[in-house]
Amino acid sequence: MTTTKIQSASTVSPAPTGTGSRGTKVLGGFALVFLIIAVVYGLFISPPDAQLGNTIRIIYMHVPTVMAAYLAFIITAVSSGMYLWKRTEFWDLLGSSGAEIGVLFFAVTIVDGALWGKVTWGVFWRWEPRLTTSAVLLIMYIGYLAVRAIPADPRTRATRCAIIGIVAIVNVPIVHKAVDWWRGLHQGKTVLGTIDPEMGGTQLFAMYSALIAGLLVCVWLLIHRFRAGFLAERASDLGLDQALEERRLESSPATGEDA
Amino acid sequence: MSQSGGVLSDALLVARKDLLLERRAKIGIGQVLPFAILVLLLFAFALDPDRGILKLATPGLFWVTVLFSAVLTLQRSFALEAEDGILEALRLSGMSPAGIYLGKVTALTIELLLLEAVLVLGVAVLYDTKFLGIPLLFAIALLATLGIAGAGAVYGALAARLRSRETLLPLLLLPLLAPVLIAATRGCEVSLEREAMSGWPWAALLGIFALVYLTLGSFLFRPLLEDA
Repeated sequence: MTTTKIQSASTVSPAPTGTGSRGTKVLGGFALVFLIIAVVYGLFISPPDAQLGNTIRIIYMHVPTVMAAYLAFIITAVSSGMYLWKRTEFWDLLGSSGAEIGVLFFAVTIVDGALWGKVTWGVFWRWEPRLTTSAVLLIMYIGYLAVRAIPADPRTRATRCAIIGIVAIVNVPIVHKAVDWWRGLHQGKTVLGTIDPEMGGTQLFAMYSALIAGLLVCVWLLIHRFRAGFLAERASDLGLDQALEERRLESSPATGEDA
Repeated sequence: MSQSGGVLSDALLVARKDLLLERRAKIGIGQVLPFAILVLLLFAFALDPDRGILKLATPGLFWVTVLFSAVLTLQRSFALEAEDGILEALRLSGMSPAGIYLGKVTALTIELLLLEAVLVLGVAVLYDTKFLGIPLLFAIALLATLGIAGAGAVYGALAARLRSRETLLPLLLLPLLAPVLIAATRGCEVSLEREAMSGWPWAALLGIFALVYLTLGSFLFRPLLEDA
């Protein structure tokens, strides 16, 4: 009984074939519900802001995307440190998944920030401290993904990425401070990216439901990306095993002739 | 830890090796320095010297030139090691990774400071710049260069063994050095009396940057040498 079980387990691949599970389905369901609430309240029910007018509706999206991006980058930084300590595939995959999702959310943040700027300031880009820091940060993590994309031995690639993940996160406060001082010489702070404490009921509700939706979508994507990365590693292992098997089959008739 | 003395003596040994190689091969003087001066000329062509833009932008242009030259110097410094498998040899030599790292940083800092000294002359002659706050200028040049070398040595070693290192190193390094460019440029503007404020906070920021990266590099160089 047990032997057949083991045999069937070895013939049928034990690795999962998809990236979904009951947990991610529940998480995805919650994310969808909060997204719908955020859209309904953010676009239709909540009134325009006293100062920002209808552009506040862009901020309902902007704050969640930037928060999600920072969450993803913090996950990458922690995973990078943990990888150098524990040296396990888990931390490597988690770190690279975080960087990828972080870059995605950061790109969205910069685009919606620029759109907000076009409406509010009349220009897409201003050398505002947060925007500038974001641009530098985005390029740093694109560098991470570029190194990640270079084929290498898994341990080598993981170490390289972990080092970049640590160096990049350490740089975040320094870039922010430098840009803040630099722009501080010429202009004051702007409201982009801050939650106004004076915000009214439905506005606050829209903001918080969007924030929860953004973080849930981020975690949901992260889990799927992690599992896709895990499956890709297993697939490449299988490919290697298959290639080895083929080489063995090639050589076995030759050895037979020799004998 | 190491058999051949402490971290400092290892660092001195590696720095001496790099400087000796540079003195014999003269890549810095023969190729990087002419490139840097060429960039100064190109900036003058791009920004008409008669309209005063060049003079206003001098500190920024100077530091952008230094950053580009630093990328070339780093590539040279680590390509040497990677091609002949010297990084592996250094690893097997029993020297401490932190010592190797600090040695590379020392050699790079000295090379870049010499390059900057010549570039300052170039700026003085070509852009007609008058230097005023000399102590601040010296402090900023030293701290900024330490920061560039400190961060650069980590990514230089990391990129050295990649096939696409020529394109990857600037992509990785230049965003990292954005705060150095900002702080060094603003600090120099203060010392040239373009901005009426104290320049020492900028020097302090450069100092913090250098300290953070030298510490980080000293710790990260071991996994970098062993695995990356």
